[in-house]
Amino acid sequence: MAQQIDSEIIDQVSILAKLELTETERQQAMEDMQKMLDYIDQLNELDTSQTEPMPHIFPIQNVFRDDEAVNGDDREAMLKNAPKQKDGQYQVPKTIE
Amino acid sequence: MELIQFTAAELSEKIRRKEISVLEAVKASLDQIRQMEPEIHSFVTVTEEYAYKRAQKVEKGIRDGQYRGPLAGVPTAVKDNICTAGIPTTCSSKMLEGFVPPYSAEAVRCLERAGAIIIGKTNMDEFAMGSTTETSAFGITRNPWDRERVPGGSSGGSCAAVAAGEAFFALGSDTGGSIRQPSSWCGVTGMKPTYGTVSRNGLIAYGSSLDQIGPIAKNVKDCALVLEAVASWDPMDSTSMKRQDLRFSENLTGDVRGFRVGIPKEYVGEGVEPDVRKAVERAAALLEAAGAAVEQCSLKNTRYAIPTYYIIASAEASSNLSRFDGVKYGYRASEYEGLHEMYKRSRSQGFGTEVKRRIMLGSFVLSSGYYDAYYLKALRAKAVIKEEFDQAFSKYDVILGPAAPTAATRIGESLKDPIQMYLGDIFTVSVNLAGLPALTLPAGLTEDGLPVGVQIIGGCFQEGKIFQAACSLEQALEPWHMAFEKEGHVHGKTV
Repeated sequence: MAQQIDSEIIDQVSILAKLELTETERQQAMEDMQKMLDYIDQLNELDTSQTEPMPHIFPIQNVFRDDEAVNGDDREAMLKNAPKQKDGQYQVPKTIE
Repeated sequence: MELIQFTAAELSEKIRRKEISVLEAVKASLDQIRQMEPEIHSFVTVTEEYAYKRAQKVEKGIRDGQYRGPLAGVPTAVKDNICTAGIPTTCSSKMLEGFVPPYSAEAVRCLERAGAIIIGKTNMDEFAMGSTTETSAFGITRNPWDRERVPGGSSGGSCAAVAAGEAFFALGSDTGGSIRQPSSWCGVTGMKPTYGTVSRNGLIAYGSSLDQIGPIAKNVKDCALVLEAVASWDPMDSTSMKRQDLRFSENLTGDVRGFRVGIPKEYVGEGVEPDVRKAVERAAALLEAAGAAVEQCSLKNTRYAIPTYYIIASAEASSNLSRFDGVKYGYRASEYEGLHEMYKRSRSQGFGTEVKRRIMLGSFVLSSGYYDAYYLKALRAKAVIKEEFDQAFSKYDVILGPAAPTAATRIGESLKDPIQMYLGDIFTVSVNLAGLPALTLPAGLTEDGLPVGVQIIGGCFQEGKIFQAACSLEQALEPWHMAFEKEGHVHGKTV
């Protein structure tokens, strides 16, 4: 039987996902995730005991390069998209007292 | 014949011969956009001013010999999850409303080097999550063949733009079928290349191990030419592949003598609409008549592709979309106390329902205690699915099937039941899981006059074989027209 989604799991997942759900959204999320897990449950019919997990389809290796800057100073262009900025930096609410 | 009826290859040829100016081509596209947009809404942003400026530069570049390729001077549309420097890129999400990228995606730079002219950014399902373009935060796109139906998704705007004659070709992205399914539903030709063929640098990530940018065009030849232009090895994408075999247009011989074609019985079985099945059967018969050996085969693990895909794609999405925190770019909530509340409110208000649904599922399957049972299980299932395809391609040059079980659905129909919508991806998602290339081309009409595409799947790096088979099929089928070319939806042939 598929994993049962209770309010404790939903609250934990909301923390991980950094989402603040309204009560309606929370109920809906519980229902949606339960349906999805019930559906996903059929994967257990597939025997994968002899199969290694495959994160990537090609046998690729990490790519290294010398740590040399190739881009210019894009500070202004980057900051243009910031919702809030101050003194040429991103501005966030005060986090350290 | 009107200017906008030309294919990209035809148009660039006429521009080269000075029969048409680049400015005329751009103006024709923008006129068509003006006429069609109120009804279709393919675009999130139309870049009129930019396009006119660029037209002058490209015109001069063509005359000076800077641009010699088959896309020089051709107006194109780019899906709105592909970054364009100085042009808003929103992923059709409130989260990125007003975001103007400081750089262009490598695929866009490739198009610019080829002399193509971007006339706008196309609508899509929010962050490419959806199969109908209805989850866009900026309104739905309508299918140019039937305005009461969806264009498919998530690259619905790109496919509708080509079908409506607003662009000569377009770029889309395909994570689980997002180029191939809307191509099928809009009667255009679209391709997802082998993973690693087109750089993902500048493509706003959804499921990084599955995402690929690909061409959407009026025919197979244009599709090959566009892929040739955008395929590149890019050091900025660590999964980019160094390929030597990128002259795809050389495979457009149409010769399939001796080709072995497999049709998986799972792809034409239960749940597939009769009109769709008929289109596949007719395509098979045409390939056979052209000298290919066609036989039924089996991909018995097909049914596991959807659960596997939704675990992996959601997991990667939950990680990729964690960058949207209201700090560096994008939406920030107006009221909050402290940093964490700012993160949470900004994300909760900025993301739509489907995006939040997938972030939640992804966070769950990656969380401690569930990781092995869900995420690792899916990675194992993916290996099984890939192995099954490898075996099939030891016997067959290409696999033939539908792109989707149905033709375009009615607006509002799919969103009622998410799982029902996910099931529609059954014939496309396994291709992404296995990293394979696949192309969809129009192959007939339903009784209701809606286009039906067939999908040709190849082994990794076997785009050449796909183009050979697709070219043969296109030649054997009756001439196809874009939706805008005739009223009353009577073109093509009913299957």
